[in-house]
Amino acid sequence: MLLLFALASILVVVLVGLFVFLQGYPLLAKTGFFTFLTGLEWLPGEGIFGILPMVIGTLAVTLGALIIGVPLGVTTAVFLAEYAPERIAFWTRRAVELLAGIPSVVYGLFGMTVIVPLVRHVALNWFGDLLSPEMRTGYGILAASLVLGIMILPTIVSISEDALRAVPKAYKEGSYALGVHQWQTIWHNTLPAAGTGIMSSVILGMGRAIGETMAILMVAGNAPAFPTSIFSPVRTLSGNIGLEMSYASGEHAQALFATGVVLFIVIMILNGLALLIARKGANA
Amino acid sequence: MKMPIQEKLAKWFIWGSALLTVSILALIVGYVMVQGLGQLSISFFLENPRKMGSEGGIFSPLVGTIYFTLLTMLLAIPVGVGAAVYLSEFTREGPLVRVIRFFSDALAGIPSIVIGLFGFAFFVVLLEPITGGWSIISGSLTAFCMILPIIIRVTEEALQAIPNSYREGSLALGVSKWDTVMNVVLPSALPGIFTASLLGIGRVIGETAALLLTLGGSLLIPKSIFSPARTLSMHLYLVAMETGEFGVAFGTAAVLILLILLINLGGYYLVQRLTRRMVGD
Repeated sequence: MLLLFALASILVVVLVGLFVFLQGYPLLAKTGFFTFLTGLEWLPGEGIFGILPMVIGTLAVTLGALIIGVPLGVTTAVFLAEYAPERIAFWTRRAVELLAGIPSVVYGLFGMTVIVPLVRHVALNWFGDLLSPEMRTGYGILAASLVLGIMILPTIVSISEDALRAVPKAYKEGSYALGVHQWQTIWHNTLPAAGTGIMSSVILGMGRAIGETMAILMVAGNAPAFPTSIFSPVRTLSGNIGLEMSYASGEHAQALFATGVVLFIVIMILNGLALLIARKGANA
Repeated sequence: MKMPIQEKLAKWFIWGSALLTVSILALIVGYVMVQGLGQLSISFFLENPRKMGSEGGIFSPLVGTIYFTLLTMLLAIPVGVGAAVYLSEFTREGPLVRVIRFFSDALAGIPSIVIGLFGFAFFVVLLEPITGGWSIISGSLTAFCMILPIIIRVTEEALQAIPNSYREGSLALGVSKWDTVMNVVLPSALPGIFTASLLGIGRVIGETAALLLTLGGSLLIPKSIFSPARTLSMHLYLVAMETGEFGVAFGTAAVLILLILLINLGGYYLVQRLTRRMVGD
């Protein structure tokens, strides 16, 4: 009985993969996986299903989130593991946990009412002449990256902090004994030693960013077109499903399941990568 | 010894970025509270939404959230705790355990919208005769798939933290393995199981993407677990996106944040007390 419960995770993953794949398969078989992946247009009304703009959109938004989230997250982790007095570290950790607990729709609402107007202000007043009308709305890559960058902070902070704390004390003490200062020691000894752990925090943060749907839907603008600047509105793969699944049917629904297949594969690759890096770190 | 300039700069920089992280949290929570707390009143909680939610209160989404959360936890806690007990008490580290762990981690990483697609195809469409299509039970089964890994992992950590002497003491008295687990191991792991449940509840309350595809989004008060419903998070999204009525959306967001605060801080306090009672202070 307990073994059955333990096997539930395997069963669920297999079922999820199987069902999403089976539902998406008819369309993938018809258009071909490669054509689907590299198709330039998404016109459900005319039965044209290409997701390349959304692949690019997802990449852009994820990259933007990493540019914002990784430096801030890793330095906060260094603060928690190396600099913070115990009491301050305790409360900072609680704050990060709370950040992880805030529902993504609340991030989306904050993004819609604070970040999007802010980006719109910048676009209008600083770049107004350069940008086409759809880039002046505030909805787009920049707003989505800012929101996502904040959302992946908890993942990056907590896993990086664990990695930094796992570095043997001897590494640091050896360096201090040679008269090397704290930051020099962190930079030359602790951070490189925690490298694999920090790397897996980045990969898991990336997975989180790629999978996020609700907050992105609320701030990214959702146009299935190629972005030309960081102010361009984009649609992500997950956003595509969340946006259209409620009214799709027939081939259109199959195409959304096929989008799910692509997401599933990408996430599985990232998971495998994180595991590989963790194993390599354990062996080193 | 005098501190070199780059050491000072690094220190300021690191403190500054931690301060920024905490400020972002304070800004988001503060802003939502300032915008949302004014919306809250007795009638906001007790009135049903009107005009697609742009007016009225949040009574039916509140009821939907409670039904949905309770049912999901009712499914997830026994299975999750059972799996954790099997993994840490009844088996040794081996290939099977490693495979189970890998899949458990993989499941935790699958985007909720993809699990939602599965929930739609399986629980809503294929099992419609049983689940009633879009319904609380379909949503709960889908959310169950999502929080299973959290419950397993946190419970497992709690089980592994229990000293082996507890188990050995009981086994030495001739108590069977099963009775030892039930009467000695599980009670000692109670604070951990409690933490796992709270994390699960937090995740379930905040979930939206998968529920858009499985819960139905009805504004009516659910009659049974086979009726469609909507949760507070879904309500926030649908109101903000479909009606553009940010007043109700902020009110709902404030309720959500208060709930999450309650779970985080209240839960922490309870776990501390529970642990203290166990250890006997």
